[in-house]
Amino acid sequence: MTAVTDKTQPQSQHKGQHRMPGPVPAVKGKRPPGTPDARRRLVVIGNGMAGARAVEEILARGGAEQFTITMFGDEPYGNYNRIMLSHVLSGEESDADIFLNSLHWYQDNNITLHAGVRVERIDRFTKYVFANNGHVVPYDVLIIATGSQSFMPPMDGLYTPSGSIKPGVFTFRTIDDTRNMVKHAQVEDHPSDRRRRAVVIGGGLLGLEAARGLQSHGIDVDVVHSGGHLMNAQMGPDGGAILRRSVEALGIRVHTGSRTTAVLGTDKVTGVRLRDRPDIDCDMVVVAAGIRPNVDIAVLSGLHVERAIVVDDQLRVVDEDDIYAVGECVQHRGEVYGLVAPLWEQAVVLANHVTGADSAAAYLGSRIATKLKVAGVEVASMGLQGPERETDEHIVFSEPSRGVFKSIVIRDNKMVGATLLGDSRKVAYLTQAFDKGLPLPEERISLMFDLGGPAEEQGVAELGDDAQVCNCNGVSKKSLVDVVKGGCNTVAGAMDATRAGKGCGSCKLLVKQVVEWAADGAVEEDPAASYYVPGIPLDKPSLMAAIRKQGLRSVSSVFAALAPGSAEDAKSKMGLASLMKMMLGDQYIDERDARFINDRVHANIQRDGTFSVVPQMKGGVTSVQQLRRIADVAEKHNIPLIKLTGGQRIDLLGVPKEDLPQVWADLDMPSGYAYGKSFRTVKTCVGKDFCRYGTGDSTRLGIDIESRFQGIEAPAKLKLAVSGCPRNCAESLVKDVGVVAVEGGRWEIYVGGAAGAHIRKGDLLATVDDPEEVKVLTGRFMQYYREKANWLERTYAFVPRVGIDHIRAVVVDDAEGLAAGLDAAMQASVDSYVDPWTERDDPLTPGQFRTSLPLTVLPQVPVR
Amino acid sequence: MSAGFNLGPVEQVPFGEGRAFGVDGEQVAVFRLRDGSLRALSAVCPHKGGPIADGTIDQSVVICPLHQNAFELDTGCSTTGAEPLTSYDVQIDNHQNIILRTSSR
Repeated sequence: MTAVTDKTQPQSQHKGQHRMPGPVPAVKGKRPPGTPDARRRLVVIGNGMAGARAVEEILARGGAEQFTITMFGDEPYGNYNRIMLSHVLSGEESDADIFLNSLHWYQDNNITLHAGVRVERIDRFTKYVFANNGHVVPYDVLIIATGSQSFMPPMDGLYTPSGSIKPGVFTFRTIDDTRNMVKHAQVEDHPSDRRRRAVVIGGGLLGLEAARGLQSHGIDVDVVHSGGHLMNAQMGPDGGAILRRSVEALGIRVHTGSRTTAVLGTDKVTGVRLRDRPDIDCDMVVVAAGIRPNVDIAVLSGLHVERAIVVDDQLRVVDEDDIYAVGECVQHRGEVYGLVAPLWEQAVVLANHVTGADSAAAYLGSRIATKLKVAGVEVASMGLQGPERETDEHIVFSEPSRGVFKSIVIRDNKMVGATLLGDSRKVAYLTQAFDKGLPLPEERISLMFDLGGPAEEQGVAELGDDAQVCNCNGVSKKSLVDVVKGGCNTVAGAMDATRAGKGCGSCKLLVKQVVEWAADGAVEEDPAASYYVPGIPLDKPSLMAAIRKQGLRSVSSVFAALAPGSAEDAKSKMGLASLMKMMLGDQYIDERDARFINDRVHANIQRDGTFSVVPQMKGGVTSVQQLRRIADVAEKHNIPLIKLTGGQRIDLLGVPKEDLPQVWADLDMPSGYAYGKSFRTVKTCVGKDFCRYGTGDSTRLGIDIESRFQGIEAPAKLKLAVSGCPRNCAESLVKDVGVVAVEGGRWEIYVGGAAGAHIRKGDLLATVDDPEEVKVLTGRFMQYYREKANWLERTYAFVPRVGIDHIRAVVVDDAEGLAAGLDAAMQASVDSYVDPWTERDDPLTPGQFRTSLPLTVLPQVPVR
Repeated sequence: MSAGFNLGPVEQVPFGEGRAFGVDGEQVAVFRLRDGSLRALSAVCPHKGGPIADGTIDQSVVICPLHQNAFELDTGCSTTGAEPLTSYDVQIDNHQNIILRTSSR
């Protein structure tokens, strides 16, 4: 041991710590008794969140084998969560609930804790620290984590003549501060003829929390804030004004742009004096006017201090080899942080460096994104408060009556700042976009709102564990979180493992947010996200190019040539089959096993393994003969359910697979394509022949469109409509392609609409004079979609992704010279159409229509 | 004691597809992989009763057509968290017939 030891150890338990009775130490000293401890001495000044976190991180890296650890804490307690003090003040939590590490934790980890002892000086040459109780402790490595203290703005009457703070004046920084406030608030020595009243000095985060907390004790609260608006460190004036409305709605009076010049009262508080405003009577003053780093020790000890202790990227104090600093007392690259997230990041780097676990670890500063509930109001803030350059985009939404305010700053198509008040639904996504610089949607407003998506009722964090995230497959938030905690940290992986988002897909965004939330920012980019199908590591353009270049004509040849290990992938087959049919037409080698069951038997599988049969009924127009035949077939085959569909067709449900050929034969009608990822139906209204409002022949045009494009395959289904007037009885505005006749013989064409799992109004592609032109543009748009859309990407996602302006340029204006090629490709697909129901007479594979379920008793085979 | 059942010619099952058979009171889905080998699993999806023989397959899994649960062809174990299917021993004999044994349970 060194010659100088801690001569004044007050408690025996601090001596011979390796022989300490009680709980088994987490890491036992390895030396045999009596031999010198070869471990270095680590001393930590500060036992707050930063100091304790740094020690935890060091222990997690085997630090107990390298170091004996001594900690000094100014407060006579273990380590507690300072962030939760506002909850203690409001009574939502008891002070016992907020302790992070009790005194036992220090014992269990062989940490010598000097609680309630303040270090006054460091001798960085001989390497000792000197405490205010006379302790002198040597160190090999020193960590300074002295944190901050409340800032006391200059004002008269803060102190009594004897020099102590005037009774009734409080700061809001420590657990003792909080306990004292609660005690004061509950004492009934105030005049009973009026409500008790407190003034909070400071309208920042802490001040508002204090105000709300005091209110819960039945106290009238005024907030006096010197800034022009509340929370000016986190948001601009517009947001601050809305926050003010929300705070005032809670019954808290707010005085901004006002400075407290004096605390009134001789031996205890009776009020405050404001500059330019009347005095406010009160029994209590809480000072929450910001924090200042505790740098006295550092300054006294000759360390490099500017606004705070200056550290390098390893959290080492500048010019010192063995002294580190972490937390709010630190200035790094000019920044001083007052929030907890940077502190965590710093503690990791520090621990990596101190223990040698990763000597190259570097802290490069933190991007501050905060999401808080301030005085009951949701507040999220990140990056810039407002635009700073002329070229910055600034998107602002303000709805004061609901207390909602959203502001987003974009620079070079990256999000560089956001403020959200009163509505935190998009926070998870925006935080991601901010942290990772994600590409942003062209339609900026979708950064703020889910347009056309199902409403997310709450922020992800607020969802209960048992909240159902995926309503199709019944996946709870907890199931997703468990999968992520179990080590799965890609969105696709979590979706695979739980099947969340694998139904209608409308919850995918929410699933993504839950996974990101659960992974706490550690979500890995999923390389497969850009693949057209999961089993071939290529995006759509590359995949199509490779298929063309290598002359591949079947799905199995694509796997053989392009899949890793030439491995088939069941999940990829259907997408490849559709893509290759679109690309190659009659040159495509149609391997039936690559098709989904619906496409193998040309009918839609039902929950009991039977199928539905929808005969073609173009434009939803039928005839006496068709109806009679359908009735006869339904009767003959005992069809359990006859149903009119949303697309204006007649659906015969519950047909066993083995009966399909006979049903089709009896119907003798073409397939209505109600089962594929393909052109489905054109819904029409009655049009001008009958409707007194009709301005165009919508039925005729609908029938023509359906005749032309029947059955063509696509990345996802296509549902169309033609309406004869703007009353839009065929709901054209919410179709993949919707056509509306308008007065003057003109036709509007909308694309990208939806009214199923998602709701979206289509974008106007063009207005044309001629129904023939409608057919041309419809076909060209659909072909462009077929060639460019991702597998299973409906037009309601494709159109906003690509942008209606771009689509219009390609499809209407032919800006890229693609129109002729698109038209020709679509024509080839139209020409190669064959009604699949003709397979009824000649099954394409053995047992194509053989049952797969015991709907009827299967033939039993004899025992061999 | 294992009972072998002759389910008839292997050509009943196209490459890359499955067909259902009733064997000894059990519903069995027999799959013929693209490499020509056979696999056999119980034919009813434990999730919602989907027809497994109508599923899409590759060399390792079958995906139920109803809700896209996936099952390993070799073991019947689900890769999507569903209860497992029963796996059966299945061979092609010298006469190109499918021979299935049901007593593996």
